[in-house]
Amino acid sequence: MHELSLIQELLDMVKQSAIENGITRVDRVRLVVGESYGALPEALAFAFEVLAEGTVCHGAALDIVDSPLLFKCRECGTEFKPGEYSYRCPDCSASNAEPVGGRELYVDYYEGD
Amino acid sequence: MKVIVGKDLLTANANQAGENRARFNAGRVVAVNLISSPGSGKTTLLEKTAALLGADLKMGVIVGDLYTARDAERVAQAGLTAVQINTEGLCHLTANMVARALAEMPLAELDLLFIENVGNLVCPAAFDLGEHAKVAVLSVAEGIDKPAKYPGVFREAGAAVITKADLLPYTDFDLPACLHDLKEINGRLPVFVTSAKSGRGLKEWCGWLKALAGEVYGC
Repeated sequence: MHELSLIQELLDMVKQSAIENGITRVDRVRLVVGESYGALPEALAFAFEVLAEGTVCHGAALDIVDSPLLFKCRECGTEFKPGEYSYRCPDCSASNAEPVGGRELYVDYYEGD
Repeated sequence: MKVIVGKDLLTANANQAGENRARFNAGRVVAVNLISSPGSGKTTLLEKTAALLGADLKMGVIVGDLYTARDAERVAQAGLTAVQINTEGLCHLTANMVARALAEMPLAELDLLFIENVGNLVCPAAFDLGEHAKVAVLSVAEGIDKPAKYPGVFREAGAAVITKADLLPYTDFDLPACLHDLKEINGRLPVFVTSAKSGRGLKEWCGWLKALAGEVYGC
């Protein structure tokens, strides 16, 4: 699984930003994860705990915000959440919707001193 | 103190993918990222594609595997220019790994480059390699549940190839149900039902590749 490499990216990003902002201790990091990545929150939390050791994020809390899948029908413009097996538009039943939510994967913010 | 970041975690990969894409475009090479479970028949599909399409398009392959160069040796035997990447356990190719392989690939001599990803239906779908199209490969031996269980890769794909269709009479694989599931997930997905043994569907698959090359570069 790629949770470890995602968290390594996160730590590198926060570390760089902390240096730029003169922050020496991070208390909290908020991460937004789109449903489409299939990244497990437990695995992300575990990777964070292990990889943050000895970094500016050591001991910080990781808040993981899940961003659910959301589609927009290319035919009629309806926005909808997909069913378990179906990605058809519930209004016009077209099957060519584009994903407009659930593809996010970014550090929203962090807090520290 | 609160610091707003708002930066994508895959930024580094996305930037490298953009550089790869620029290199493909500069060399007028169409790049196709093949994604499937292990053992779906990607390498055999490439061997057959080489035989059918070799006279029309010059093709290369970047082969991603955890270990060994066995697949690269096979496709090189079939006449394709091959570079092997061993990910040493990583479950997907990254844009960086592809960039390193490109240094050994004579792009100027090629029309079409396959990137045979690590056998895995989850992680490879999340990492842009700079390709022009992803192709999802699914074998009859795997059963029909893969699209419904791993919709991400089938939603992102530009085409799907069902392999080992010669096994259809010996399995419970319900082809119409599988095609129906694929349609539910991605109504615009061209699907090729193929068999490397009988040759079924390979002409149509090769026709799609030629059309893709035509779309991207007008060749």
